[in-house]
Amino acid sequence: MQRHHISLTVNGDSHELNIDPRQTLLQVLREDLELHGTHLGCDSGDCGACTVLLDNEPVPSCLVLAADADGRAVVTVEGLVQNGEPHAVQKAIVAHGGVQCGYCTPGIVVSSVALLQENPHPNEQQVREAIAGNLCRCTGYQKIIAAVVEVGAESGF
Amino acid sequence: MKPFEFFSPITLAEASRILADHNGQGRALAGGTDLLIRMKRKQWTPRAVVSLNRVAGLNEIALNGDLKLGARVTLNQLIRSQIIRAHFPVLAQTARNMAGVQVRTLATIGGNLCNASPSADMAPPLMALNARAVIIGVEGERIVPLDEFFVGPGKSVLQPGEILREILVPRPNDFTRASYHKLEHRQAMDIAMVGVGVSVQIEHRTSNIENCSDVRIVLGAVAPTPLRAKRAEEILRGNILNEENIAHAARVAAEEAKPIDDVRSSMWYRREMVEVLTRRQLMELGDSRLEIGD
Ligand SMILES: Cc1cc2nc3c(=O)[nH]c(=O)nc-3n(C[C@H](O)[C@H](O)[C@H](O)COP(=O)(O)OP(=O)(O)OC[C@H]3O[C@@H](n4cnc5c(N)ncnc54)[C@H](O)[C@@H]3O)c2cc1C
Ligand code: FES
Ligand code: FES
Repeated sequence: MQRHHISLTVNGDSHELNIDPRQTLLQVLREDLELHGTHLGCDSGDCGACTVLLDNEPVPSCLVLAADADGRAVVTVEGLVQNGEPHAVQKAIVAHGGVQCGYCTPGIVVSSVALLQENPHPNEQQVREAIAGNLCRCTGYQKIIAAVVEVGAESGF
Repeated sequence: MKPFEFFSPITLAEASRILADHNGQGRALAGGTDLLIRMKRKQWTPRAVVSLNRVAGLNEIALNGDLKLGARVTLNQLIRSQIIRAHFPVLAQTARNMAGVQVRTLATIGGNLCNASPSADMAPPLMALNARAVIIGVEGERIVPLDEFFVGPGKSVLQPGEILREILVPRPNDFTRASYHKLEHRQAMDIAMVGVGVSVQIEHRTSNIENCSDVRIVLGAVAPTPLRAKRAEEILRGNILNEENIAHAARVAAEEAKPIDDVRSSMWYRREMVEVLTRRQLMELGDSRLEIGD
């Protein structure tokens, strides 16, 4: 099989990788870089479990060819942790009881962080819109939404 | 996915040549939100995938005379663009009602049109606004009215080696109003059962009677391609936008639809809903209390 060379920055670290052109960004993150925080759900863009930031914008990594991400920067849920401290969104979702099985959680965290970057003080409706592409089978969303709204309300700028 | 060779050219000419060399076995890649799904399901097994990601100039939004929308403009770019919000709010609103934020980061306007799904949400409003497609091939450029761009489900006029470069939309004047409504099972992340795009040119005759000098009505998801309801338009063109004329036109639009029964909806329901959506939007657009340009 023909291999394809790419450079990828993931959570601040640069990687030179030889990939199969068929690999999705999600597969490269999980299989080649062993970053298992980004989850595979539907593999078709519907569930949001695989959400990462690509050049700072949220994308479903199951629909991105890794070859097409050459030269770009990726942030996964692992990259949101600073000096061992979980991100404010992660802490708030835990504190509000917004995690049950946890399968959707990394995607929801990344989508919420993307929203807060663009709009530091979102209201409930804006949070709902921002995570409309993230399915959760367990929590019923209310606690997740309350958590993200609270992070926005408490952020100092 | 079946094996393929990946290309990421930096000019359109090169992209077009690679696609032409593969003689129908190549596929352009924009956001990949339709393409990758088809490839994973092995519905499509291209031998070459040609990314348009590094081709310069394809993601511009510019308004000098006509609006120029690069084929690689994403749905999120449309939503954020000041030009679109100020002069073509219907396009920002349509994009906002498509998919979720993540998919909209990737999904492009060109991909939505070239995928040629009968339910593609961008088609009805752009056709209602009389948009044209600028197509580049190895032999040069051609411009096709969007009305003539779609051939059947999944098929456009694009030939092997041809790439959609941009969409041109005439600048609306102060008397243009346009809207698009779709009916879906859920409020987010769903494909339209029926979509109706309408644009009207309003001529003010007296203070509260709206005369309609031109109108375009485009039906989505109710025929093999997005469809102009031309007989319905004829009823309104040059006439007063009153309840009676609008109801008549909406009924005729429903007759013009050629819907099918499928998992999303029945033929009967789709036809009824064409009438409802058409009537509702014309009533809204014809309401003289509305701020023009809204
Ligand atoms: C979860 C989810 C929700 C969705 N919701 C909606 C929705 O609400 N409404 C809707 O209409 N669609 C929806 N879609 C479908 C899809 O996202 C859109 O059609 C999108 O705009 C496709 O754009 P793309 O850039 O991803 O296309 P791609 O997948 O890159 O390409 C699609 C097709 O067009 C061709 N192509 C792309 N660009 C060009 C070009 N410039 N020249 C020539 N050929 C080209 C490709 O070769 C391919 O055949 C959804 C998809 C997903 C996964
Ligand atoms: S796994 Fe990518 S959206 Fe579901
Ligand atoms: S917590 Fe189980 S899917 Fe969300």
